Amino acid sequence: MNAALLIIALTALGALLLGLRARRGKDMDLEQWSVGGRGFGTILVFVLMAGEIYTTFTFLGGSGYAYGHGGPAFYILSYGCLAYIISYWLLPPIWRYAKQHRLISQPDFFARKYDSSALGVLVAVVGIVALIPYLVLQLKGLGIIVATASYGSIGSTPAIWIGAAVVTAYVMVSGVHGSAWTAVVKDTLILAVVLFLGIYLPLKEYGGYTAMFTAIEAAKPGFLALRPTGESIAWFDSTVLLTGLGFYCWPHTFGSLYTAKEERAFRRNAALLPLYQLILLFVFFVGFAAILKVPGLTGGDIDLALFRLSLQHFDPWFIGVIGAAGVLTALVPGSMILMSSATLLANNLYRAFRPDAEDRTVTNLARGLVPVVALVAVWFTLSGGTTIVALLLMGYAFVTQLFPCLVASLLPHNPVTREGAIAGICVGVATVAATSLTHTSFATLFPTWPEGVRDLNIGIIALVLNLVALTVVSAVTRRRAAVPAE
Amino acid sequence: MAWVRYLAALPFLGLLGGVFFFNRVTPLVFGMPLLLAWIVLWILLTAAIMTIIYQCDPANADEPARRTPR
Repeated sequence: MNAALLIIALTALGALLLGLRARRGKDMDLEQWSVGGRGFGTILVFVLMAGEIYTTFTFLGGSGYAYGHGGPAFYILSYGCLAYIISYWLLPPIWRYAKQHRLISQPDFFARKYDSSALGVLVAVVGIVALIPYLVLQLKGLGIIVATASYGSIGSTPAIWIGAAVVTAYVMVSGVHGSAWTAVVKDTLILAVVLFLGIYLPLKEYGGYTAMFTAIEAAKPGFLALRPTGESIAWFDSTVLLTGLGFYCWPHTFGSLYTAKEERAFRRNAALLPLYQLILLFVFFVGFAAILKVPGLTGGDIDLALFRLSLQHFDPWFIGVIGAAGVLTALVPGSMILMSSATLLANNLYRAFRPDAEDRTVTNLARGLVPVVALVAVWFTLSGGTTIVALLLMGYAFVTQLFPCLVASLLPHNPVTREGAIAGICVGVATVAATSLTHTSFATLFPTWPEGVRDLNIGIIALVLNLVALTVVSAVTRRRAAVPAE
Repeated sequence: MAWVRYLAALPFLGLLGGVFFFNRVTPLVFGMPLLLAWIVLWILLTAAIMTIIYQCDPANADEPARRTPR
């Protein structure tokens, strides 16, 4: 066993013990298990909400996107910033309503606001379909990280099994308490590792940032800005806006916002999180440093840029530390996703058809479903296939379709009816599925229109059709409701 | 101080509108490509703006701790 593998194994073991220990002194009913009894202070809420953002996607994908795409990677920095601004006004009313009605999950919120259990089931199904590929992505990343950082002494398949088993164990026992405490460790480690790499590697390889970016600009002019076509300004603006709106529509994000003890935590975080996400800047610097030093990675391999460059510089023990940080970026969000999926299945699908089920039964069912969901995700991860990639791209677009009726439900007089909300979500989700599966884009729909239109993110069409359906159906059903029954 | 909250619109203008004017690599600013420096500037300004909004929002004023029965 080499030093790197030892460090990664110890970290995984530490995460497991910390996660299991987190339940101590808690009576685990569903409210305690899923949303921590709504007793988390600012710091735990902060790491939970920030922790969901710093996933394997940002660690490997962020550096890989900077390496492979250059300037367009900056969109990742921008959408978070806008989402945090929205969060200042969006999250407190959601939290207040959830606390008042003792809501556990995201579908609970929609079902209660619109007084419609059908809407709750719909939102739960959309959430599960979006969450599973997200979990698969974390497990895939975990496999890559462990296989690379252990110098191949553990393959990615056993790593995925072990990782899934660790998460399953502590989620079943501790629920969100386990995620919160491992998130604290993860954020500390990732902050230290990323800052170090993002400063050390450009200095060591080029002598400084100015020299590094000058060299990249000389070798690939314009690579560090948006493209004239394709990933252009229109692409950037539409993608940043859509992703920013979808940011808080994930089921596991609702779960972590319900954990807060007081609503001020969200407003305070809205000012802190933009600064915190500047960590991504250093992730990008690593990716940029790799452009000229480990050239030739293409396709899915661009995600390996960070590790390939690090392997040239550091001893095995430090590769182990990077690997350990990477493993935690997979385990923590993975645990939140796993718990949310199990909660949705038990609390929003099972209970919808068995309204008289006791709380005890639903709690036990949710915990019992954790290994089932984990097995499904492992199966998808190992069987690979292109379907899951397509699903993954759709996931974000799916949950974004919840945004219009979420915002409408927070207005003093909600103009949207339950039929309108259901119609809007169905039309939006169907449009996303249709455009993704047929690889439709604005460029294929309007080949002769100017660049400014052709490069727009296709998700806009789904959102517009969603709004149209929501408005029309709401208007019709509202008028019918206004006619006095005779 | 209710007008202060409208400051929150500025980062949207800066980030979504600014790219039309600053989508360039050179000149490097603090060693960063111009577009990246512009985005980083707006992230810092966003943090500042949200801090101001937080400070001016009466909802965040310290109130005597309410005892909520659990």
